[in-house]
Amino acid sequence: MVIGLLAVPLAGAAILIPFRRPSSRQGQFLQWYGPVVSGLTLVLALVLAVLFDYGHAARTQLEVDRAWVPGLDLRFHLGVDGISLPLVVLTALLTFLCFLYLVRHKPEGGRFRALVFTLLVLEVGMIGTFLALDLLLFFVFFEIVLIPMYFVIAVWGGGERRAAAVKFILYTLLGSAVLLLGLLLIWAHTGTLDMVRLAHAHGAGMPRAVQIVAFLAVGLGLAVKAPMWPLHTWLPAAHTEAPTVGSVLLAGVLLKMGTYGFARIAVPVLPEGAAALAPWLGAFAVVGIMYGSLACLAQRDLKRMIAYSSVGHMGFVLLGLATLTPVGMNAALFGNVAHGLITGLLFFIAGAIKERYGTAEMPRLGGGMLARLPYLGSLLTFACVASLGLPGLAGFWGEMLALLGAFHPAPGLSRPLFLVFMAVGGIGTVLTAAYFLLMLSRVTHGRPEEPAPSLVIPTERDVTPYELAAWTPLIVLTVALGLWPKALLAVTDPAVQAFLGAP
Amino acid sequence: MIQSIDYAAIAPPLILALVAGLVLLLDAFLPRTPRTRSLLGLVTLAGVLAALAAVVAQAVRGTALRTFCVPADLGGVGRASCSFVVDDLTLVFGGVVLAAAIVVVLLSWAQLAEGGIPTGEWYFLLLCTLTGAVTLPASRDLIMLVVALELVSLPVFALTALKRYDARASEAAIKLFLVSVISTAVMLFGVSLLYGLTGSVYLDRIAARLGGTPPVADVLAQTLAGGPAGVPSGVLTVAIVLVLAGFAFKVAAVPFHFWAGDVYQGAPVPVAALLSVISKAAGFAGLIVVLTIALAGQARLWAPIVAVLAALTMTVGNLLALRQRHAVRLLAWSSVAQSGYILAPLGVAGKSAAAASIAYLAIYAAMNVGAFAVVMLVSRTKARNELDDYRGLAFHNPAAALALAFFLICLAGLPPGLAGLFAKIVVFREIVQGGGAWLAVVMAVNTVIALYYYIAWTARLFAPVPAAGPSAARTPSRPVAIAVAVALVVSVAFSIAPQLVLSAAG
Repeated sequence: MVIGLLAVPLAGAAILIPFRRPSSRQGQFLQWYGPVVSGLTLVLALVLAVLFDYGHAARTQLEVDRAWVPGLDLRFHLGVDGISLPLVVLTALLTFLCFLYLVRHKPEGGRFRALVFTLLVLEVGMIGTFLALDLLLFFVFFEIVLIPMYFVIAVWGGGERRAAAVKFILYTLLGSAVLLLGLLLIWAHTGTLDMVRLAHAHGAGMPRAVQIVAFLAVGLGLAVKAPMWPLHTWLPAAHTEAPTVGSVLLAGVLLKMGTYGFARIAVPVLPEGAAALAPWLGAFAVVGIMYGSLACLAQRDLKRMIAYSSVGHMGFVLLGLATLTPVGMNAALFGNVAHGLITGLLFFIAGAIKERYGTAEMPRLGGGMLARLPYLGSLLTFACVASLGLPGLAGFWGEMLALLGAFHPAPGLSRPLFLVFMAVGGIGTVLTAAYFLLMLSRVTHGRPEEPAPSLVIPTERDVTPYELAAWTPLIVLTVALGLWPKALLAVTDPAVQAFLGAP
Repeated sequence: MIQSIDYAAIAPPLILALVAGLVLLLDAFLPRTPRTRSLLGLVTLAGVLAALAAVVAQAVRGTALRTFCVPADLGGVGRASCSFVVDDLTLVFGGVVLAAAIVVVLLSWAQLAEGGIPTGEWYFLLLCTLTGAVTLPASRDLIMLVVALELVSLPVFALTALKRYDARASEAAIKLFLVSVISTAVMLFGVSLLYGLTGSVYLDRIAARLGGTPPVADVLAQTLAGGPAGVPSGVLTVAIVLVLAGFAFKVAAVPFHFWAGDVYQGAPVPVAALLSVISKAAGFAGLIVVLTIALAGQARLWAPIVAVLAALTMTVGNLLALRQRHAVRLLAWSSVAQSGYILAPLGVAGKSAAAASIAYLAIYAAMNVGAFAVVMLVSRTKARNELDDYRGLAFHNPAAALALAFFLICLAGLPPGLAGLFAKIVVFREIVQGGGAWLAVVMAVNTVIALYYYIAWTARLFAPVPAAGPSAARTPSRPVAIAVAVALVVSVAFSIAPQLVLSAAG
């Protein structure tokens, strides 16, 4: 079952290898090949979600455990629990929607077959990361995404793509190398790579100093991916230059791999290290929130602005993690999923705007999108409002709960400090609202200026059916999770309680 | 006294040496036609395969074989000391060297088909080198070690220079010759000191005489007091440093790395592949044998030196590789950097340090020889062989491009090149476990630096071609294609089941 989640996209990618230059008929076939393969994966993920026993969400279910490399202690150990399940489904969903979007909206750079291949390999890495229950296996999957993402940016990206791609891969590889050292340090002291056993041990067998060093190494590695301020500098460049689907997957899934790693490895396995370094994590997180918001105010490029808003949102997720409380952890996991949905949607819309206007620079977009392209404009408004955390939409709960968590941090953490964090985070939410509203006022409102800024597509096409098909699930889920957050929290909470060693 | 010789033990080098002689004879008596060239190639290939089969047979038998022994009562340490021992280490190195040799022979086939190089001499010299490389890991006495190491080195000078009337090749040969002779001299001095200190050339007897690790305080005291009845540690340190320096030349470790770039570039591509894999494997075999058998008790003395050497080697190698525009030069410096990774586990001298080094070496051999094979393929159409010549390779030769991309990503140590990743993890694990945190961090940073040039090269493969240049339409060489395929199969096998090499090395 869980193997199928990895095998389907992998086999799908492998089948593509022998094909040479596609003829036009094959082109037709290719167009629907991606959606079919990823759709199959999504169906598997949904079946997984149905089979999942919600009564025991804390327990690892549907496990697969085989020896792979005995010499390295590496086991092919996969499984799902309440923490990973939502992310697996989110990944499968976003990948499927990306392929759906690609059917009619191909990025420049041609070579569609290679793009399908790359995205399928990417999906293997992303799903594998969330399924892995072995430290080294997690690392292997964590690394698998690097090369495909590099090519997605470097081949199908914008003007500055080469530099952005190199920056992306070097930064994240540096993070991974440090992460690997941390993982091996854990292994050297506990003698096991099994995440389930390590999480149950709650750091037994590792002295405090080792835990701190290991948390530092693992945390740095994951923080690059998350990204945490000040290690975020690869993100705006990568997001801006990547093609739409690349940005969506980067923001929707790849960033989650960092915070998921925190929730799955760093905090449960190294509780003492986490307790010692949580104030720092929290401090960097709130700096990230403020920095992201302020940087957003200064951006002219729409995609760049959304990228910086990701830094801010991931700041909230990290703040939730730093509280080391069940509330905070749940907030982080909720924020992860919500951010994946909302920012995925935002990048889709930004890509659509860029496709129509030929630019994503806000001053050149001019105002009046609501008048010119009413559907697209209102969808953009919806996504922004969701992203700024309006109550009733998914974005709200992640931020709200993270601040609530900071109000009552775990015992042993300095409460006044976290109250300061909470206050700063609160200001951050206001700033978030400010920049999104400012952006909306500049882009969607006002009246369309004459002469119209150069629209590439002569007929001002509004939202196409394929776009709508790709976006509707995201919108529906955003509203659903916003109105009924318990659906997700009920899944994550038992696992979180177990990880934090609560009775 | 008559020594009995176990021919089963010495079968691999014996086969190689006999085939070397046979090749020389055939070359002398057969007419010089292209068919003879192929025949000689076939004979050489058969010889290598036969030697590989002998190694496999020894591995299947599973018992350690020893021969050329001196009985214990002749100044021994309780048991007979042998000069030639076939154990796991010997078998792994033998297997790696011979498997790489298959690829090198196939590359030579293509190189020789171009003419201009005397065929018989080439194969003869190649087989001599292989004989040395197979003998070296089995050597358990100092004299045998030095002789075997010279047997590896000497033919390579000639091989480098065989491309006559080529200024670059001649320069490379002279450079290699000078460096190698100096390193041999340095090492001989160290070896003679070791012999003088212990009165034996057998590694196990040396280890017994030197005893266990003296505590640091004792070392100081001994040094100050001029040494008690045991071994003067000052002299011992000098001996160790000299021996290390000698081997450092062979494996192109910093600060004895200068020759690598020019020599790799000047020599024919098969010789560069030979140097970077077989000759390097032989150097590491000698190093590991000396350090872990003869000087096992003195790890405290040599481990820090090796650690610094490893850190310098990987850093300098990677930094030099960053600036290269020539494919073979880039591979030369990258293989210097890889030497650093192979040395690193020895720098913490943990229990399984040698196993980690050997595992890395075996995987490195597969991926590096594969990269050279693709370079050979490309160099047949693009004589300049600069990195820019690889632009757009994915469009006119997708198979070669994918293979090269796989090898490069393996060398960088990223999935899907899992073989390289596992190799790095083995080394990292050994270092972290042995407490060499600083070395681990240096290596982590180096991995990132290395990624830059590997990925830059890989990206070129898939970049659109600037202008469809009139590529000289040469028929693709079948031997090179087979060579690439062999290396690719082995690398993929290592990626899926690294256990193959890890269990063998462990």
